[in-house]
Amino acid sequence: MSSGALLEATGLLKVYPLRLGLFGSTVGRVRAVDGVSLVIGRGETLGLVGESGSGKSTTGRLLLRLEEPTAGEILFDGDHWLSLTGAELRRKRRGMQIVFQDPHSSLNPRMTVGDQIAEPLRVQGLARGRELSRRVASLLTEVGLSPAVADRFPSEFSGGQRQRIAIARALATEPKFLVCDEPVSSLDASIAAQVLNLLGDLRDRMGLAVLFISHDLAVVSRVADRVAVMYCGRIVEQGPTAEIVREPLHPYTAALLSAVSPPEAVSPPTPRIVLEGELPSPSAPPAGCAFHPRCPIARPRCQEETPVLTGTRPDRSVACFFPGELRAGRVREAGPTPPL
Amino acid sequence: MPPLLSVRDLRVELPHGGRWFPAVDGVSFDLERGEALALAGESGCGKSLLGRALINLPPETARVSGSISWAGSELTGEPESRWQQMRGSRMAMVFQEPGAALDPVQTIGTQIVEAIRLHRDMPARQARLLAVERLREVAFPDPAAGAEQYPHRLSGGQKQRALLAVALAADPELLIADEPTTALDATVASEVMDLLARLRERRGLTLLLISHDLPLVARASGRALILYAGRVVEEARTAEIFRSPRHPYTRALLRCLPRLDPEAGPRRRLDAITGTVPDLYDRTAGGCAFAPRCPERFGRCTESEPALGPAEGVLVRCFLYDGPERGVRVTA
Repeated sequence: MSSGALLEATGLLKVYPLRLGLFGSTVGRVRAVDGVSLVIGRGETLGLVGESGSGKSTTGRLLLRLEEPTAGEILFDGDHWLSLTGAELRRKRRGMQIVFQDPHSSLNPRMTVGDQIAEPLRVQGLARGRELSRRVASLLTEVGLSPAVADRFPSEFSGGQRQRIAIARALATEPKFLVCDEPVSSLDASIAAQVLNLLGDLRDRMGLAVLFISHDLAVVSRVADRVAVMYCGRIVEQGPTAEIVREPLHPYTAALLSAVSPPEAVSPPTPRIVLEGELPSPSAPPAGCAFHPRCPIARPRCQEETPVLTGTRPDRSVACFFPGELRAGRVREAGPTPPL
Repeated sequence: MPPLLSVRDLRVELPHGGRWFPAVDGVSFDLERGEALALAGESGCGKSLLGRALINLPPETARVSGSISWAGSELTGEPESRWQQMRGSRMAMVFQEPGAALDPVQTIGTQIVEAIRLHRDMPARQARLLAVERLREVAFPDPAAGAEQYPHRLSGGQKQRALLAVALAADPELLIADEPTTALDATVASEVMDLLARLRERRGLTLLLISHDLPLVARASGRALILYAGRVVEEARTAEIFRSPRHPYTRALLRCLPRLDPEAGPRRRLDAITGTVPDLYDRTAGGCAFAPRCPERFGRCTESEPALGPAEGVLVRCFLYDGPERGVRVTA
């Protein structure tokens, strides 16, 4: 493991059987995560970007062992993470936590907020009695809520407040690594900014490493040190955030950047890359490069061969035969825009 | 010529604990032919209720007042039969969840045919051909085969295209699109907005876009109304709002959007707005609804409510522009 790396995943693979009907036989396989390798340093935030079905959430779940990978290797804080079992796994699990997208369904509606935050501490045997109440109160304060809300139920809170509660619960065991799976996607812009700032502050203060999973490249660009872009189960581009935003190498990354239209782009309007067709089904990925049916610069080679993720310079890699060829401004404009 | 749609002092009130609460509170605007107007705001601002009131399909418990007129003729108080004739043939609406708006047990083609024949006396076979034509117009892949599909077989983007084809079946002049891309992936959303722009151009369609997504509003509308707690707080040309927002809420909302800026650096804080949109049943009467969250509030803001008035060439509801020289921003 390279020095400074907290987590290193190599060749992660997750294959689901595709069944027909309720008790049906297996009719195919879905490679939801198809050979994903990533490294996250201590205190570093890696943004994992992709659209639905790209395998980004499954990747997060594999790292946490909420699901077991079909193949691959994970080193976490010096341990062969996938070989850990029983009491040892349970004990070390406190080092990794997750915050989900929807705080409405990730919190238990029948448990008080205080009990939910206390639960991981109790299960891990980290605190009890008065110490437990003290820790819950201090966690609530950390996330900007009053300790007095510990006796209330999740339904009494707004979406943003619930996400704060979910963050308090995730941080209870003082993890080293936090997976955030679309943590602000269901929140309004003004509330999302509050929650993102809170996550950033806590991360910096606690030296947390974060895997920030999101479909929104604009959000990711404001929290992640590095970005990995997934398409159809694979990482297609990886690199430092500022470089990816300034100079995307994969045509899919260029299209994603173009789709996140910044308000400044109104005048003068930047030529927009509009892809054609839909995201492919992971159960029947196209041959060759999975992106080729939608790619504006695809050539015959892209239909036959699958490009592998290759380093183009230190800390930058891309899986494309023609990296950097597609940029906004160098493609057909998305039709004339009618006067607004 | 009178505007295509004219809305005056529209109120949509919801009952709670024996009282009425205005979720939409006195909204007025004109929509000209061929225009793309956006109603923008965060959840709880009343924008979706407003959209539903415009097609006379508010929630059953709601109480609606004010005036809606179409090309100069008053629609308020008209019988449901008149509204039925208006919906589809004059104005149509597409919703956020295209899956929920399509009938799951009928093919896409049948649903478009029904929408056509509801308003036009046309033989079934001819309507069928027109349905395929509508699917072609919304760039539905393989329209002839697509017409035979059931909604559950379609992807999110295809469902939204199918719903658009149903909405456009009887050639409406106005399309009300309520969060048309919220349920879609970014690249697919981009395609759908591109399609809407083409439809506007080809058909001269008038668009009323309802959205919380300000970048989308920037991209797809020419004029925008920013709503907060049921009221319009700013109205201006969209480019002007993004170039120079006037109301403190609009300014704060634009500042807290994460932007793609390679120079911004990943670890810089976003400008957030403290607090939350006030709950409908918990709104303090008297002051400006945004005052509790406003970084620029002063004495007057909690005492009385500012009116929507002209300032610097746009309309703003804020006392900052209500000094001795009306319409010029008061600098504190």
